[in-house]
Amino acid sequence: MSQAAVANPGMAVEPAESPLTPESWGKLGMWVFLAGDAMSFGGLLAAYAALRFTSTDWPNPAQVLGIGLTAAMTFLLICSSVTMVMGLEAIQNNDRARFTRFLGLTVLGGIIFLACQAYEWTHLIESGLGLTTNPHGAALFGTTFYLTTGFHGCHVFGGVVYLSIVLFRGMAGKYDNGNWNEVEIAGLYWHFVDLIWILVFTFIYLV
Amino acid sequence: MTATTHERHTNTRLYLQIFAALGILTVAEVLVVYLPAEKMLIAAILVGLALGKAIMVAAYYMHLRFEKSTLALIAAVPLFLCVFLAMALMPDHSAVERRTLNVAPAAESGH
Repeated sequence: MSQAAVANPGMAVEPAESPLTPESWGKLGMWVFLAGDAMSFGGLLAAYAALRFTSTDWPNPAQVLGIGLTAAMTFLLICSSVTMVMGLEAIQNNDRARFTRFLGLTVLGGIIFLACQAYEWTHLIESGLGLTTNPHGAALFGTTFYLTTGFHGCHVFGGVVYLSIVLFRGMAGKYDNGNWNEVEIAGLYWHFVDLIWILVFTFIYLV
Repeated sequence: MTATTHERHTNTRLYLQIFAALGILTVAEVLVVYLPAEKMLIAAILVGLALGKAIMVAAYYMHLRFEKSTLALIAAVPLFLCVFLAMALMPDHSAVERRTLNVAPAAESGH
């Protein structure tokens, strides 16, 4: 609330609009946060590139990592982005039931992604690939792999928690009648998580 | 209903079209890895495909295409900075004489 509105309750005051997203300061805030978060991942990936290209015995990722499973995980996250945007559209059309269904599917997609990641990590750890050990070549391969995918996995986990809260609030009716702003903001975070995975998958697994 | 700047009709068809495009590009990415081509070319194609997918997610799912263009500028800044960062580290790539292909060690040159 602006100061003027508090000081003069009878006076009609326009709420201060955010410069680029007049409907919501939160949306602008989330975009700025995502830009910074992108830099965090950018730092990890740039370091990965530098370490890989100065290494003499970097293993071929396609031979060490499971490309098939990870491609399926990529597809899964893309699906969850679709269900997220459908859920947002549903609540924008004031359809709470449809919103619940699609947000629920999005959360489920995130949980399955984490389960697949856990399975993949377990398999790799059992085969000897650790944070500082690598039977296939350079030790840094394991380090960069676990740190980058782990950092992303933490983002997915946080997103699952975040979206679950949004889901429950939505089910309680908090986003009815045009108050769907929070859902859009949560959606931005989730799409960002998907987008980063698209890049991580390409650079760590495929290139 | 609060006044909005967007129509409240269904964009399902658009979202599914983008989904199909993303699916096709993902399959293409996996196939490209096994192409009998030079590694650099494969890497370039992969980066292009990944960027294409990322831009589609940002433009349509994150709605950037329909926002004020300055917001897209904010989103583009880390892309530019990350490319710059990766390129800034490139001189370090040549700091080691031997490469992943394990050619015979070259004679030590003063660096």
